[in-house]
Amino acid sequence: MPSRVVGGIGLSHVPSVGVAYDRGKMQTPAWKPLADAYIPVRSWLKELAPDVAIVVYNDHGADFMFDKYPTFAIGAAERYGIADEGFGTRPLPEVRGNADFSFHLCESLIADEFDLTVCQEMAVEHGFLVPMNLCFEHAPDGWPVAAVPLQVNVIQHPLPTGRRCFKLGQAIRRAVSSYKEDLKVIVLGTGGMSHQLQGKRFGFMSETFDQLFLDELEKNPEKLAEMSHHELMEKAGAEAVELIMWHVMRGALSPKAKRVHRHYYAPMTTGMGLITFED
Amino acid sequence: MHRHRERSLGIAVRTIPDTTIFDLRKSAQGYRLNKLCGSLCDPKNRDAFRQDEEAYLAKYNLSAAEKDLIRKRDFAGMIHAGMNIYWMLKMGSVTGNSLYRMGAQMRGESDEQFLATRNFKDAV
Repeated sequence: MPSRVVGGIGLSHVPSVGVAYDRGKMQTPAWKPLADAYIPVRSWLKELAPDVAIVVYNDHGADFMFDKYPTFAIGAAERYGIADEGFGTRPLPEVRGNADFSFHLCESLIADEFDLTVCQEMAVEHGFLVPMNLCFEHAPDGWPVAAVPLQVNVIQHPLPTGRRCFKLGQAIRRAVSSYKEDLKVIVLGTGGMSHQLQGKRFGFMSETFDQLFLDELEKNPEKLAEMSHHELMEKAGAEAVELIMWHVMRGALSPKAKRVHRHYYAPMTTGMGLITFED
Repeated sequence: MHRHRERSLGIAVRTIPDTTIFDLRKSAQGYRLNKLCGSLCDPKNRDAFRQDEEAYLAKYNLSAAEKDLIRKRDFAGMIHAGMNIYWMLKMGSVTGNSLYRMGAQMRGESDEQFLATRNFKDAV
């Protein structure tokens, strides 16, 4: 049996969650609502038992600098180190990859006209690690799932369009289903939701926008992916444009994928969303 | 060619009030500033910055105005000069300024005033 996409998760990757996690603060009143939302998600993931997680994320200046900044970059290695993004290296085990699966993804995606930058060395940071922390329990020596990091430029405009991201997701689905081994694959689309971290508009959030985004991601994902960067940034804050990475996840699912979990929590400066789909 | 359409080719992103859009023009303008911030991902460089900030600033070919923005911890000015917010967080970390403190300053508020606008200010 060839590989298949078994589900998708859209979730935010706020760095303070990593700090709260490392300091054992996830059960404090400020963080418990978020931790509790992931209890059923973790049980669901245990039952789905994915072999590989394709984590669509963005680096925040830990491993990619502006001397060369790829639009899409994919990991093709057996392991990925933990990056120091300027605040020290988090005490987490390195992430297990699946290089052969990555090579296949690269071959299939590039033949499908998605010209990715292929990375044989990649170190991952909060954009990748916070979602991993929320979804999976790691042991001292590793994680319960292999991962393929897929980095998207959501920082230095011009960015890929939402529509392009959705189509990349569709191409990922084709790539997964043509891999010879029987792997169960989960796709994580990370980042957002509403937030703005610079200028006088620092701290801007919109729960109205975020809830609508969650509704539409479930019901009208292709239409949602047509939203311009300008509209997204105007309605949800400049840094909310990270949400285009959720389109990659949604594009990788079949139209009949069923929504399972949904949660929203916005304590400080970022609307933290969570939505899961089973395929 | 189709210059009236939002998704037409080669058109810079439209402006949004009180917001800096980090595009290629900003990135080129702030290139050296961001290069300095990027170097702070190495703990040895963070130590060097803390030990002798002036000597560290001298290594990155910054203009006098750029150096001054860093000396004054003028975060709004740094963003305006092309520093990317995520690179600025590294500068914040090495100088003891959290995201929220930088944010309050950019809003023209005290830390307390800013925190009072949040839903649950303990989630830091």
